[in-house]
Amino acid sequence: MSFLGKLSIEAVPYHDPIIMTTLTVVAILGITLAVLITKYDKWGVLWNDWITSIDHKRLGVMYIILALIMLLRGFADAIMMRSQLALATNGAEGYLPPEHYDQIFTAHGVIMIIFMAMPFMIGLMNIIVPLQVGARDVAFPFLNNLSFWMTAGGAILINLSLGLGEFAQTGWVAYPPLSGLQYSPGVGVDYYIWALQISGLGTLLTAVNFLVTVFKMRAPGMKLMQMPIFTWTCTWANILIAASFPILTAVLAMLTLDRYLDFHFFTNEAGGNSMMYINLFWAWGHPEVYILVLPAFGIFSEIISTFTAKRLFGYKSMVYASGAIAILGFIVWLHHFFTMGSSANVNAFFGIMTMIIAVPTGVKLFNWIFTIYRGRLIIGTPILWSIGFIVTFTIGGMTGVLLAIPGADYVLHNSLFLIAHFHNTIIGGAVFGYLAGFVYWFPKAMGFKLDEQWGKRAFWCWQIGFLLAFMPLYVLGFLGMTRRLNSTNNPDWNIWLYIAAFGAVVIAFGILFQLIQLVVSFMNREALDDKTGDPWNGHTLEWSTASPPQFYNFAKIPHVSDIDTWTDMKEKGEAYQEYDKYAPIHMPKNTPAGVLISGSLTVFCFAMIWHIWWLAIVGLVGGIGFYIMRCYTKDVDYYVQPDEIKRIEDEHINNASKEVQA
Amino acid sequence: MSSNAASLNPNDDVNGHDDSHDHEHHDTSGDTIFGFWLYLMTDCLLFASFFATYAVLFMNTAGGVSGKDIFELDFVAVETAALLLSSITFGFAMIAAHAQKQAKTLLWLGVTFAFGAAFIGMEIYEFHHLIVNGNGPGESAFLSAFFALVGLHGLHVTAGLIWMTILIIEILRRGLGNQTVTRLSCLSLFWHFLDIVWICVFTVVYLIGAM
Amino acid sequence: MLIRNLSKIALTAIVLTLAGCSGGVLDPKGQVGVEEKWLIIICTLLMLIVVIPVIVLTLYFAWKYRASRDFEVYTPKWAHSTKIEAAVWSIPVLIIIVLGVITWKSTHALDPYKPLEGKGEHMTVEVVSLNWKWLFIYPEQGIATVNELVFPADKPVAFKITSEGTMNSFFIPQLGSQIYSMAGMETKLHLIADEPGTFMGISANYSGSGFTGMEFDAIATPTEGDFDAWVEKVKQQGGELDMAQYNALAKPTERHPVTYFADVEDNLFHTIIMRFMKDHGDMSYYSKPNNAVQGHHEGAKKSSSHSGAHEDGAKE
Repeated sequence: MSFLGKLSIEAVPYHDPIIMTTLTVVAILGITLAVLITKYDKWGVLWNDWITSIDHKRLGVMYIILALIMLLRGFADAIMMRSQLALATNGAEGYLPPEHYDQIFTAHGVIMIIFMAMPFMIGLMNIIVPLQVGARDVAFPFLNNLSFWMTAGGAILINLSLGLGEFAQTGWVAYPPLSGLQYSPGVGVDYYIWALQISGLGTLLTAVNFLVTVFKMRAPGMKLMQMPIFTWTCTWANILIAASFPILTAVLAMLTLDRYLDFHFFTNEAGGNSMMYINLFWAWGHPEVYILVLPAFGIFSEIISTFTAKRLFGYKSMVYASGAIAILGFIVWLHHFFTMGSSANVNAFFGIMTMIIAVPTGVKLFNWIFTIYRGRLIIGTPILWSIGFIVTFTIGGMTGVLLAIPGADYVLHNSLFLIAHFHNTIIGGAVFGYLAGFVYWFPKAMGFKLDEQWGKRAFWCWQIGFLLAFMPLYVLGFLGMTRRLNSTNNPDWNIWLYIAAFGAVVIAFGILFQLIQLVVSFMNREALDDKTGDPWNGHTLEWSTASPPQFYNFAKIPHVSDIDTWTDMKEKGEAYQEYDKYAPIHMPKNTPAGVLISGSLTVFCFAMIWHIWWLAIVGLVGGIGFYIMRCYTKDVDYYVQPDEIKRIEDEHINNASKEVQA
Repeated sequence: MSSNAASLNPNDDVNGHDDSHDHEHHDTSGDTIFGFWLYLMTDCLLFASFFATYAVLFMNTAGGVSGKDIFELDFVAVETAALLLSSITFGFAMIAAHAQKQAKTLLWLGVTFAFGAAFIGMEIYEFHHLIVNGNGPGESAFLSAFFALVGLHGLHVTAGLIWMTILIIEILRRGLGNQTVTRLSCLSLFWHFLDIVWICVFTVVYLIGAM
Repeated sequence: MLIRNLSKIALTAIVLTLAGCSGGVLDPKGQVGVEEKWLIIICTLLMLIVVIPVIVLTLYFAWKYRASRDFEVYTPKWAHSTKIEAAVWSIPVLIIIVLGVITWKSTHALDPYKPLEGKGEHMTVEVVSLNWKWLFIYPEQGIATVNELVFPADKPVAFKITSEGTMNSFFIPQLGSQIYSMAGMETKLHLIADEPGTFMGISANYSGSGFTGMEFDAIATPTEGDFDAWVEKVKQQGGELDMAQYNALAKPTERHPVTYFADVEDNLFHTIIMRFMKDHGDMSYYSKPNNAVQGHHEGAKKSSSHSGAHEDGAKE
């Protein structure tokens, strides 16, 4: 084996104009960014205040930036697929050869779920959950930074595959034997394995971190059944992560052993059993979709109760319904493969279990509706997303229950009906939720509100584009079109494929308008400034801090006696209280350890992908070494002095009371 | 796994309020141990996945050897005894540590390390023996599942040994401070956890396999 | 009731639109497909009982209680009502109970492994998915074809399905159910065409770069005589298929032309499965060929209740 393993100049796809153009554009953008940072002398800020930051709010912002970049990447894949299928009709081949097209749909799935939706969800959770429970940070702030950089490491790996080698051509589920060495000898599946493995580990650590935060660091007085509903749904999601991600780690490890060391877990030969991969994969994969959607449910609950200026209807029902969804989510995985030949009893059992999930979900829908009932609904952008969600997600839920009926699934399985269904729930549920949360909490994180006009335009493009892009897929599913085809030859299908492609273009405008919204709002930030820290008259503790919050969150940890604590405090006149004296606050110091450790581990993964064994050892030893170094660093914390706290607090209270009086 | 295993040990939670004048005090070492418990639960599920896989695959011998042919219960019984004893000696180390008896703690940790190392040595010997006799993990799905499950446990024990070495050095250099005892407590949890997992491995893999 | 009627009208309209486009699963040409179509329609209607009120209520409340209508009742602290809670839990529960019963019954009735009742004797076709084509072996006729499946209309067909390597899914949308094809395993499917015709057959599970072209024509001949004539034609035109030729055929190809084989090696299908099946522990079942159709998939339940067709029937 050569010095660089399997890596050589041949790995760069220089013969492919599409990829090379993309790479050039990315390079130009990267260089421009670097030049700008140099020009404004921001490298120090970037390193000291962001990359090494262990402040949950900044990590949250970085997670969301990562998610937005990955949204662009994943959406570029999506629009390539839709345009390919609109062009490759009537036996035409389109512009993407199968090898390339197959990588695109695989990358689209992996990126959208693992590197767009997950970081978006975790980003919002990072910013908000510690604030909502009245904590100064998460339980293990350094670990939080490490988790972020591990996720980022995975994202870097998957994007490296664009210009160096190839990505998997297996579909995002990477079923063996197709993903085994025999049928996928290239580095594509290895990129898949290591990118998922490292980011999965980061996610697992995040879940542990937030569970400790929520169970151990709530503000005094806050009972479990008084936690804000978003915190509750995140907690259920974290429980699901803690319980399901180890299974992903295990199944990926087994696939790794099959591919690297000639093991026989999933091979056809020597007694391997590929069905076990499929079972284990979905034992993680199904809870994963609830991990994505439960926090979104929480976001909608917060937004609807805030924008109707009303308490959330049926708080307890909501908590229990989320729990029921989380638990049931674990015993339904077989519905992903009713067509594998299990007996009718097994299929029917899993089908009925799946349907039962519709009950708590239905309860949630009704509770949102009754929260609006007799409220004072302000139809701002977050509410548009919420109502769009209820309508869209209900349809997605209905088609989901339909797919849960084995008899129906026997003809709809793997068809475009299925694709329409899960985009209906993931876009209409999770993504709408995150985008709603993005608008809702943006002023909290950044200090100014987002422009409403562009926000509404973006919403309508997303909503209409979504319907145009995915309703035709339901029809195509009924017409017998299966997923992952790279071309078609059926005149009846063409019109629907064209409509779907047009829908994707409309969504592209939605994304464009969101980018414009960010730029316009930034230019206009003086006017959109949020001085009170409470722009929507919110119910929960995050709105009691300044926008953006003081780096220590709370000068005095509040005492909680109600679900809607902040509303309660405002009503009792306890809000915006000035104190003469503050105690010093013990804070952790920023550290480069997280980025060094995960950087080393990313190098390790990269070296494993390309079989560069010496580099793999360097990366692994480096990662462990940096970790040990971190453990023995003494200079990890400091105290914020009372006079500084006093200055910051007085300024916030002054600003806020001016606004409140005005 | 080693980085995973180690990454929850303490010192991460420096945001706590050790200062006595802060009335919002909370117990950071308690948080660390609770977090470590949670991590152990996830690790438990990792093992569960490998156990489930082994249960599905252990009949699939591809015409090659089965458990009956390769397991030497006497040998494994000694291995098991070494690990079980190491759990007891770690217990003594923890008692000594809580009593702030540094020399005793180090002595018992040393004994624990010796037992652990003996266990790993025997496991490496067993694996080596199997591979040179043509029963490597590439021969059948049964052997793959066997090597992976037992090897995963072995990797954990190895990570535990590395961690123990680091803590021994820490105690030598810094004594038995609060942080060090918390770290020792986490390692102790980890070590006992591995012991329990091994009892399952011994039962499911070796005892049932040899029958 | 009004809502239900409206929903029925709406759905009928949708169904008619879809049925207008021929060739899909809502335009079935076989008994299994027809039952599945009605299952889809009935369940959709049942769910609309909840779905439509949810959507209508959401939009109505959002309109009625918007902030500018400040004359509406406003109850900011109202957050609980036992009556409403009871209703919102019990309505979905009731519908799911009904759907659950339908699911339990239909899943058993439509079990792909179950021979079709009252349709007479089944004809057997052995199906092998290869990269990227379909091989159909007709054990009773002693012939085989690639990418063309022929059988008489009104004659139930028992498919025994396996794969050479990657996993595929054997699917003729207009006839009904699909089932995976997996190497070293045998899955089963029972279908019938109620009328003659040529139907699109596909693989419904991605299996690599040539997957899109894994299409075949499923032809239901008007009479048994037509089918016999076709068999005769295959016997005239086709070559021989033994293990060596099978191995040559198994090499990856895309959009493989229709090919006929007049003479097929005995138990070829069994041999193909056994190459991998032998690596599994218990092989007593597969040492006896032609033992498959009746042995219901109890094995799948016993060996690993959730891992599908693993060692299917191996422990009958």
